[in-house]
Amino acid sequence: MKKVINLILNNKSVSIEIDPLRRLLDVLREDFELTGVKEGCGEGECGACSVLINGRLINSCMVPIGTLEGAEVLTIDGFKSTEKYKVLEECFKEAGSVQCGFCTPGMIMASEALLRKNPKPSEEEIREGVSGNLCRCTGYNMIIDAIMLAAKRGEGLW
Amino acid sequence: MVDSYRPINFKEALKLLKNNDCILFAGGTDLMVKNKRWSGIVPSFKKPVIFIGHLKEIKGIYKDENSLRIGSACSLTEIAENKNVPEFIKNVILDMASPATRNIATIGGNICNASPAGDTLPLLYALNTVLVLESTTGEREVPIEKFIIGPGKTIINKDEILKEILIPINNFNNFSYKKVGTRKATALSKLSFFGTSETHDGAIKDIRIAFGAVAPTVVRAKDLENKLKGIDKYNLANMITKISNEYSKLINPIDDQRSIAKYRKKVSLNLLEKFLREVL
Repeated sequence: MKKVINLILNNKSVSIEIDPLRRLLDVLREDFELTGVKEGCGEGECGACSVLINGRLINSCMVPIGTLEGAEVLTIDGFKSTEKYKVLEECFKEAGSVQCGFCTPGMIMASEALLRKNPKPSEEEIREGVSGNLCRCTGYNMIIDAIMLAAKRGEGLW
Repeated sequence: MVDSYRPINFKEALKLLKNNDCILFAGGTDLMVKNKRWSGIVPSFKKPVIFIGHLKEIKGIYKDENSLRIGSACSLTEIAENKNVPEFIKNVILDMASPATRNIATIGGNICNASPAGDTLPLLYALNTVLVLESTTGEREVPIEKFIIGPGKTIINKDEILKEILIPINNFNNFSYKKVGTRKATALSKLSFFGTSETHDGAIKDIRIAFGAVAPTVVRAKDLENKLKGIDKYNLANMITKISNEYSKLINPIDDQRSIAKYRKKVSLNLLEKFLREVL
């Protein structure tokens, strides 16, 4: 049975009448047309679909929309307009961290989740922070460099 | 369309479960994989789903005079961030999965999924954990080793919800944990080893040893642990080989796509022997 779910999506209050078992990933991409969120594995392993739910990094392919009544969801599409994103984007560009770009939205969300909790992470902590995000192209080092750079350059933002 | 429910409190969840044959859904990180279908398609749940991950009654972490009490719907991250939880438990949890998965996966889910490779299990078995199950007709407590009876099988009744995990307070002063997998995160264990001991005046006062992913359920041998109690450094050195051989009889891993039996057994015994050599 469809239900009305109310949530705060990218800082806007929204309501949707929907099968509560539909995956958040599909609701975001298809019902709200927020295609910044990518589907990689659909099993919660690759991190391409990660979003922030109530400030926590979560793989949206693992979440039925029915569990999100009243929740705050931030996707890459919403995060893009922030100052913090601009710093991350600049650093990802400079460090050469983007090849095909498919893992990138997830990597950015994981970086944001990490820096919110730990504004000055060590390299070890950065690696741990993106340990749930798989990249088939870069070999990860450039991504780690970018986040390290962003933490320095974004002094005061996180 | 399969029905789903989001009860407002634990009592309502129990009532729903009493009247309907349902699937309990806490974090969902196992269920959503088991029931995965194609992109854009709702997962293939065959029975109605009751969401319980939000229920406050099963999300607390407290200490009473006997135990650390963890609500079954506590996420792994919530447990790892809680000030009541000792470091050695946090270390086991932080080796699991990845940050995003830990943010919604629950300890109750890991227990009830009862995978032979469940990563919270060796720790919980070793610490004599007791599980509190509740239904509309009352509560019962079950030791974890009686709760899980085989791969994916528990003795939970259809109308019961795992409510709380009780870990007895202990005085262990030495811990050894190793999760052996193909990579540092998001790894399914090939095997795992948890050992802990309390030593006093150069002798073993209490010792617990548990192996994961090397048998249908966690391997723990209280009789072998008892043999080690009261033993001092000199006598321990002479016992290690014999104890290892006894555990070798109990460790029965399989060959599967993750690893082979020979490797699992060898590494398990290596970890055991290392732990025993370093206990005193």
